[in-house]
Amino acid sequence: MLTVSNLRKTFNVGTVNEVRALRGVSLELPEGAFLVILGGNGSGKSTLLNAVAGSFRLDAGEIHLAGQKVTRWPEHRRARLIGRVFQNPFTGTAPTMSIAENLALAARRGQRRKLGWALPRNLMDELRDRVSQLKMSLEDRLDNAIGTLSGGQRQALTLLMATWLKPALLLLDEHTAALDPKSADLVLRVTEEIITRHRLTTLMVTHSMQQAANLGDRIVIMHKGAVAYRFTGADKQRLGANDLLARFEDLRRREMLDETAAALLRETYL
Amino acid sequence: MTLFLGALTIGLILSLLALGIYISYRVFDVADITVDGSITFGAAICAVLIVKGTHPMLATLAAFGGGLAAGAVTGILQAKFKLNPLLSGILVMTSLYSVNLHVMGKSNVPLLTGRTFSTWAEQLGRAWFGKPEVNLLGWLISARDLVTLLLALGMVVTVCLALYWFFRTELGTAMRASGDNPQMIRALGVNVERYRILGLALSNGLVALSGALLAQYQGFADAQMGIGMVVWGLASVIIGESLIGSRSLGLAIYGAIAGSVLFRLLVAIALRWGLNPNDLKLVTALFVFAALVLPQWLQRRGKRET
Repeated sequence: MLTVSNLRKTFNVGTVNEVRALRGVSLELPEGAFLVILGGNGSGKSTLLNAVAGSFRLDAGEIHLAGQKVTRWPEHRRARLIGRVFQNPFTGTAPTMSIAENLALAARRGQRRKLGWALPRNLMDELRDRVSQLKMSLEDRLDNAIGTLSGGQRQALTLLMATWLKPALLLLDEHTAALDPKSADLVLRVTEEIITRHRLTTLMVTHSMQQAANLGDRIVIMHKGAVAYRFTGADKQRLGANDLLARFEDLRRREMLDETAAALLRETYL
Repeated sequence: MTLFLGALTIGLILSLLALGIYISYRVFDVADITVDGSITFGAAICAVLIVKGTHPMLATLAAFGGGLAAGAVTGILQAKFKLNPLLSGILVMTSLYSVNLHVMGKSNVPLLTGRTFSTWAEQLGRAWFGKPEVNLLGWLISARDLVTLLLALGMVVTVCLALYWFFRTELGTAMRASGDNPQMIRALGVNVERYRILGLALSNGLVALSGALLAQYQGFADAQMGIGMVVWGLASVIIGESLIGSRSLGLAIYGAIAGSVLFRLLVAIALRWGLNPNDLKLVTALFVFAALVLPQWLQRRGKRET
């Protein structure tokens, strides 16, 4: 379903802020798979997600999705195949527009937009029906501006929007990180429900070990723009939050070793 | 009374400008100074065509088309060439000044001979009322002025309904979302750049339409008539918002119209009271400044006191 091969990206080339964000990342995701990408700050996990979504041009590498080579497709064209939920609850919805209008925009994701009513009656019925499935009693407030809702409610709606038309790939970018614990649990519950019901191929970025251990059928741990560990199948199921923490500790120790080794070399040779 | 009718009519004609500004300023969050050029552009196209004997309706439509093109150029500078929105507007406005002089061939085109909406209004007035003056609630007013006002009102209502309808279609909601949250709507498959170009084109089309009607009403097009029009439009939109609110699309559109008419009335009264016409632009700019700054300032004061 999704094949990512040897992605490379360096930001701010030739400046002091040069960042080698992706250093040859490859992934293979069969249909219906749920991959969790784990990593610390600056490990490149969000960059990888943005690369798949098409937020920037890659330096090298290829991306195939649903049988098509999408490497050079602009972001809005890839949206035909991809549903996306952002870390910031404010990014996924248009605040001054109503809940119904936001959902109606999502109901035509990747399609031509014409001069027909945005909110015909049959769509309104469907909206009410599917919003009520969130069990957040938002179905009576469809005409309210979405900016008046809480972060958790907005994120749940964004999730509904991203999956309104079944996407070939669902991208979740730390979509519970900016929420309070209770809202985060709620959004996570909705996430699992929707992914299971529609058997969605999913790529989720998180830095929560707990989420990584509980969700998905495979894990990739990223470090410094490259894949450090991969777990699938039974290996993944056996993995608990503590095991993941241990891997991170490993990475950290290895990095410190690198740094002390470099310092040693400097001292010896300079 | 004649003064009042005139102010109402000009207020209505300029409310199309206010609607254009509403699109650029509120939907796309850009103070689009292209307006200063495109209102003159509309007036120039319309006046020249009418002098050449074109039907006023066609001439007005051509002006709308000219405005669409001018706005599209600003949109392309912003979206495709990634120029600063303000700078894009300044560039197009400045080039339009030369374009307008070329279109008109001189700096002023009078409309004394050709058929315009005003002459049409005069004919209609004679046909409807049978005499040049009518009695309206005890005031004797010219039938021509009354019919002109009604025509302007009809025009504005039509444009408002069309705009309201457009902004509730699939295309229109996507355009509003492009201004409200580009990142979100891009992730839903919308080419945000294209919608920005389309939106600014529509905005300046309405402004040029306003210019075309203004030229016919006042009986001439002038190369200088666009100066300060963007500020005028901003003032209208801001007044409308503070009076009517912007909770819904319908209210916002209605507010822009009401704001424009009210502002024109205020100006008429101020001029009557002896405001020097030369100070008008300064006063308008100060007004917009105050309207933008006062709410923040009052809020800060309110916070400090509690």
